[in-house]
Order: sequence, then C-alpha cells, then structure tokens
Amino acid sequence: MARVDDGTSVKGFTFGWGYEVTDQRSAPPVLVLDHATKRFGAVRALEDGSITLYPSEAHALLGENGAGKSTLVKILAGVYGADSGELLIGGEPVTFNGPAASRAAGVSIIYQEPTLFPDLSVAENIFMGRQPLGVGRRIDRAAMNRAATEIFARLGVQLDPARVARGLSVADQQIVEIAKALSFNAQVLVMDEPTAALTTVEVGRLFEVIRTLRAQGAAVLFITHRIEEAFASCQRVTIMRDGSFVRTAPIEEVTVEDIIRSMVGRDLDALFPKTPAAPGEVVLDVEHLCRDGVFYDISFQVRRGEIVALAGLVGAGRTEVARAVFGIDRRTSGTVRVRGEELPNGKPLAAMNAGVALVPEDRRQQGLVMEMSIDQNVALASLGRLRRFGLIRRSRERELATTWATRLQLRFSRMGNTVLTLSGGNQQKVVLGKWLARNPSLLIIDEPTRGIDVGTKAEVHRLLDSLVVDGLAVLMISSELLEVLGMADRVIVLREGRIAADLTRAEADEDSIMRAATGQSPVAAA
Amino acid sequence: MSVITAPAAAPTELPVSRLESLLRARELGIALAILLVFGLTTLNNHAFARVASIQQLLIGAALIALLGVGETLVIVTRNVDLSVGSIVGLSAYIVGDLFKYHHNMPVVLGFVVAIAVGAAIGAINGFVTTVARVPSLVVTLAMLYVVRGVDGLIVNGKTIDPGSIPKAFTAVGYRTLFGIPWLAIIVAVVVATAGYAMRSFRSSRDLYGIGSNPDAAVLAGIPAGRRVFTAFLISGSLAGLAGALFLALHAQIDVSGGTGYELAVVAAVVVGGVAIFGGSGTVLGAALGAVLLNTINQALVASRISAFWNGAIAGGLLLAAIAFDRWLSLRVARSLQSAEGAHRDL
Repeated sequence: MARVDDGTSVKGFTFGWGYEVTDQRSAPPVLVLDHATKRFGAVRALEDGSITLYPSEAHALLGENGAGKSTLVKILAGVYGADSGELLIGGEPVTFNGPAASRAAGVSIIYQEPTLFPDLSVAENIFMGRQPLGVGRRIDRAAMNRAATEIFARLGVQLDPARVARGLSVADQQIVEIAKALSFNAQVLVMDEPTAALTTVEVGRLFEVIRTLRAQGAAVLFITHRIEEAFASCQRVTIMRDGSFVRTAPIEEVTVEDIIRSMVGRDLDALFPKTPAAPGEVVLDVEHLCRDGVFYDISFQVRRGEIVALAGLVGAGRTEVARAVFGIDRRTSGTVRVRGEELPNGKPLAAMNAGVALVPEDRRQQGLVMEMSIDQNVALASLGRLRRFGLIRRSRERELATTWATRLQLRFSRMGNTVLTLSGGNQQKVVLGKWLARNPSLLIIDEPTRGIDVGTKAEVHRLLDSLVVDGLAVLMISSELLEVLGMADRVIVLREGRIAADLTRAEADEDSIMRAATGQSPVAAA
Repeated sequence: MSVITAPAAAPTELPVSRLESLLRARELGIALAILLVFGLTTLNNHAFARVASIQQLLIGAALIALLGVGETLVIVTRNVDLSVGSIVGLSAYIVGDLFKYHHNMPVVLGFVVAIAVGAAIGAINGFVTTVARVPSLVVTLAMLYVVRGVDGLIVNGKTIDPGSIPKAFTAVGYRTLFGIPWLAIIVAVVVATAGYAMRSFRSSRDLYGIGSNPDAAVLAGIPAGRRVFTAFLISGSLAGLAGALFLALHAQIDVSGGTGYELAVVAAVVVGGVAIFGGSGTVLGAALGAVLLNTINQALVASRISAFWNGAIAGGLLLAAIAFDRWLSLRVARSLQSAEGAHRDL
C-alpha cells in the first residue's frame, strides 16, 4: 500500500452508510485485470474478466451464480492461471504461479467457502506459514495469540485464539477468515461473499473494517449477492454476466434496477416464466418437526401444483429440514405426512416409495455418479422397475433415459458418455430426470440452479414451472433471492432453525425476506 | 463510534477448553493404561517388576516407537507409510552383510548406511506420492513388496550370524546407562526431538495443516508436495535407523527381519491418538502407544495367557481408540451446538 501514498487523498470521510467521497481518480489503479479468460475443458468459466481497482476504494463485483466472479477471484488469488489476458499490479504486468505469489504481491483473499484447518488453533489458522518466531526460529505462541487477539479487537469480536477451529459456527469461521486476510496488511483485499453467513450486526462491523482499510489506502474488491450492500459500502460497481464483463460505473450513477437488468440481461419476468399457481390438495404436511440443536417446531404444508420455497441465511437450517423430511436425518419429534400417510422416522426408502424425490444441493457428490453414463444415472432410482429375474435390462434402461432426455431437452453427444462430460445445467437435468422417472408427487429440490449458466438456468426454471402446472408439489431451497421471488408461490423464511416468516407470493419481496432472515431490519442504503 | 473500536460483540467464546484438555490428556490416559497393565500383571507375577523385565519392556517397544515417529509425521499429512517393515529388514541385512565382509568397518558407518538405505526408499515413496499423485496407501504397499523382494534377492537364503557382527555394534543393543537400555535412550532422544519440532516449527505445523484440510493448505501457500515428501523421507530414514538397531539388538538377520512391523506401527500410532485421517496427534502419543501395546504383549506372557490373545487385544484396543476418537468428536460437535444454541438465545 505504500506504493500509492502520494496522490491518494481521503476527503470527506464520513462514518454513515454510503456518501463517502474519496478522490480516487488522481491515483493510478493498484490492480488491473484485462480481458482474462479461463476454460475448464469445454466449459468457459470466464470469457472476459476485466476489473480495475483503485487505492482507497471499495469496488463491488456483482453477478449471478455462474457469472464468473469466483473464477475471476481465483485468478487474482493465483489459484488459477488465466488462459489469456493481462494482470497488472501497481502498473507492472505479473503472472502468479500460486497463491503464495499473489499474496507476496499484496493481494489478500477471503474465500466464499471458509478455508480453515479444523485441527489447528484459531491463531494458527490466521498465521499459518507466518507464525511469529521467537528464539531459534521456534513459533512464539504467546505472541501469535496476542497478535490474533489484536486483530479480533479491531474487528470488535471476542474469540479465544488458542481454541481449535473445529466446531466454530459459520459466522465465527468467516470472522477468522477476515482476520486472516487483515493480518496480511494487503494493498488489495478481495472478499468473495464474506457476508453470506453473517448477521446484520457483523456485516455492519465488516463495513467499518472496509472503511478503515480504505482510509489506510487499500483497495477492496467486494463480491456479494446482496445488491444493497454494494450501495452501503462501495464506491464503484462492476457487473458480470455469463463469464463476461458487462459494465463498471460509479455507484451513484446506477440504481438497483439497472444493476439487476445488467446482471440478468433481461427483465425479471422474462427470466422466471411463472404460471399462476392453482394449488390442489395437500401433498406434504409437516407438523412441529424438530431436530435437537438444528431446528425446532417447523410446520408447513405443500400443495399439489405449487412451489414452496425455504429461504434463509446459510446455516439457518433449510437443507437440514429437507433432509429430515426425506428421512436422511432422524427427527427428534414432530410428524411428516405425505398425502395423509405418516412417514416413518429416518427411512429415506419409505419416503421414496411414498412419492417423494430429493434433488440434493451438491449434485457432483450426492446427486450423480460422475463416472457412470448418462442413461445409467437416469435409471439409477428406477432400477426396481427395470429388472427381470433380478437382472437389469439395458434396453429398458436406455429407453427410460431416452424418454427423459427428450422431455428435459438434455443436450448430450452420446447416452453412453459419462455425466462428467455434461455442463452443469445438463447434469442438473440428469438428476431431475432420475427422480422424475419415478413419477413423484413431491419434489424437494435444494439449490436447483447452483453453478448453472443463465441460459440453462431459465430452462430449469421453465421445466419446474411446467411440472408444477402438471400437478407436482415442489419444495424448493434456494439462496438466490431472485430465484425465490421469481419461482415461489409461498416463501417460508427460516432463521436459526425456526420459521421466521411464512409469506405469500404477494407479500414476499427482497426486503420482507431479508428482514425475516436476519431477524431485524436489513442494512439499507442511507 | 470510532472505526477502530467497534463495540465488543456478545462473547463468542464457547466452552471447549474442558474438552480440549481432555484431548490433550490423551497421552496421560495412555500412560495411565500402561501403569494399570503393569500394576495388575505385577500383582499376579512379581517377576514382572524386576529390572530386567522392565528393561525388556522398553527394548521391546523401542523399535516400534521409533518407527512410530516417522509414521506419525506421515499419517498427520493424511498419508500412510506401509513400507517401514520392509525397510527395516533390507537395511538391517545390508549393514549385516557389510560387516560380514568388512569386519573392521566403523560402527558409525553401519548406522549411516542403514539410514541412507531407508532415506532412498523414503524418497521414492515421497516422490511417487507427491509428483505422480498416486495414493500413498498404494505406493507404500507396493514398496512393502518390492523392498521385501529385493531383500530376498540379496539375502538369497543366507543368514548373517552374530559372529559376523562387531561387538561394538551389538553393544548398542544390550548396553545400559544407569540401568536404562541404550536402545531406549536413543529412541527417547528421537521422540523428544521430533516431538519438540512438531510443536515448534513452521514447517512441521504445515504437516498438520496439510492433513487437516488439504485444499486450505494449497490456498494458504503451503508447499504441500515438498512437506509430504520430507515426511516420507524422514519416515524412511528412521526406518533405516530402526534397521540398524534391529541388527544390533538381535545380532543376526535373515530375510524375515521386520516382517509385519508396518501394521504394528500403524496400530501403535492410532492407539496413541494420531488421527488416521490426519491433522492431529503427537509423536509422544505414538511412542506411548507402542509402549502400551508391547506392555500388554509381555503381560500376557508373564500371566501365562496364550500369546494368541495378543493380536486380538491389540485389535480390540485399536477399535476402542478409533471409537473413542469418534465419540469424542461427536461430543465436541454436540456440546458446541448446544452451547451455540444457548448463546443465540441470550
């Protein structure tokens, strides 16, 4: 950060939300990424990654899931090398051969997923590889714990630096990540969705930290899903879509609507082709569902022909509720009825036979057998019907898979290829096909479009909509507010394992959901 | 409100210290178990507490404890080294063979050669694991057979007998200092040095980081390949040293020397509290695990219980150790969860 100390004046510095006027233009950019591209096999993760960061400025990077934000971050972090394009730091072109090189160049990253060592102490997690040394190059634990405590004080939190990281709450893990990034005193600080798991109070504190860093001349790249946070803490915004740069603008020259339009490339209505629901009889009836220490007293119903969304922050217990409904996790108390019949506790097979299907969040680990062929994956949940004398008939398997591939408009070259060769969106269609082949009456779908490009995303949404019109009941879990607002007929907001709000489609908007999810009025742009 | 001193949050500290101390007390628990086994056996057979018998206990555990040091380094990185038993056999025979034809060779050279043989094999293990990215279980299992096979070719049915080995060399196997066998002292020094290093140096903390979360280790800029390679190199070298000590102790060697040691070592290390999936555990714990298993072994002999029970008891302890770790981590998770729930309700 010493590189840019002349010409960087911090004027009109105030402590309210928004309204900070800093004189950025007089300083040269500290980091420039120009037309970076990155491919993984056939998948273009990044088509045109471009961003310019100035000292003493917080810069928001916005875009939908799959827009290429995380790939861009990993290029800045030195985790991926760009296939083409240029990276300049302090005006000098650089190439990073690994995370250490990026860090040495003054770039510090807070990753989306916490990257802690569960077996090591909190302080050691912060200073891994840079532990303070005492006599004879041995680690000075007392000094290390002191240094960690000092950073926590800056963040305004109390955390025992000597305890092991295992068992920290998601928010505390994120705080350790932030402390780690701060400990580098970097000139560029990249935060990849640091607020996803934080409460409003913690987010407010994080914004203060960003302000302090800026006062010290650092550039901050802030990636978030919550557009209002960009207005609250950033001076400039860059929007990406489909792996490409769309636009950069000073924050005061754009509105939330502008940003959303740039992010999705069309109006919201066009993105979510939602047919008005005509709910029928109750399919899923959950009463007072409880799993000790995870969630409590969850009651809701899902009817034929409607989509009910479970919304809430990470760690609110959404996925856990779905798992308990399906019987993967045992419930402590409460009942789950499907079409009037109670499901036994902890028996996924019974739930399947009752007509429930679960499309999990992590399709690579839980939804698909990546090394098996497309048709085998589609047939996997229906093998009972495909058997004769205990043997699976390949021809029937192929037949079933072809039927569903056509109905789902699956794009593939050969049925016998492994699902590994498909794009994320088409993999998701295979998982859907696998469950739909069982003809379920209730579909539980966790993060239906995570990691899927915008085009295929709309297809998945259209597909869900047509299934619901045909009478399927859908319980959808989604972290994407736009998806929840666009697709759901009702929104159940969870907060810390309890139902915080049960909203109709008319009542649900960004504000009401965030308010319920955080338990207080959301951070608003001043 | 100033920027630097934002108001302190509600205390986020959770009551782990008690559980943590329980984890730390793992070494203490094993030490108590050793004393318990020793005490009970002595009640039954007073000869068990004789000096000679205790010396035998220490000598019997020494080699496994020494191998346990290297094995701990490797297992902590979420790898495993199954080639150590074969390295012991090969290095012991090579040194014995050298002494047979060069009777006046300096004793120190014997140790150097043994360590060099072990280091070379450890380097191959490390190279194939880190550069070719073959799982270490497969690499070292293959090396177990390859090295034993090479050993068989060199040995060619012969045996090195005590007459071929210089007295000065075998002295290391039977001499004592204030009643403590040299062998035990050498191993204790290695354990103490490694234990100290594993706590105090950045590079050794990297080993724990690699085993605790390999992806995070890469992001943290830890040179994982180099560290894992070093762990295998040290494990191999210590196995070579163990080979020399094996020869000094038994004063003879044939093709079967060190057979089956690898599993005894892994058992000792796991009983000693080193997590089989890496990230935690201490060298001291592993050494104590070796002493415990050996004490049980000898206690059975002293109590005239069939030696066939030995394997069953070692296996049972292994299961108990793993079940205990599992139970402990579940308990930690649960107590943290409820503590957090309480914390939220505040």
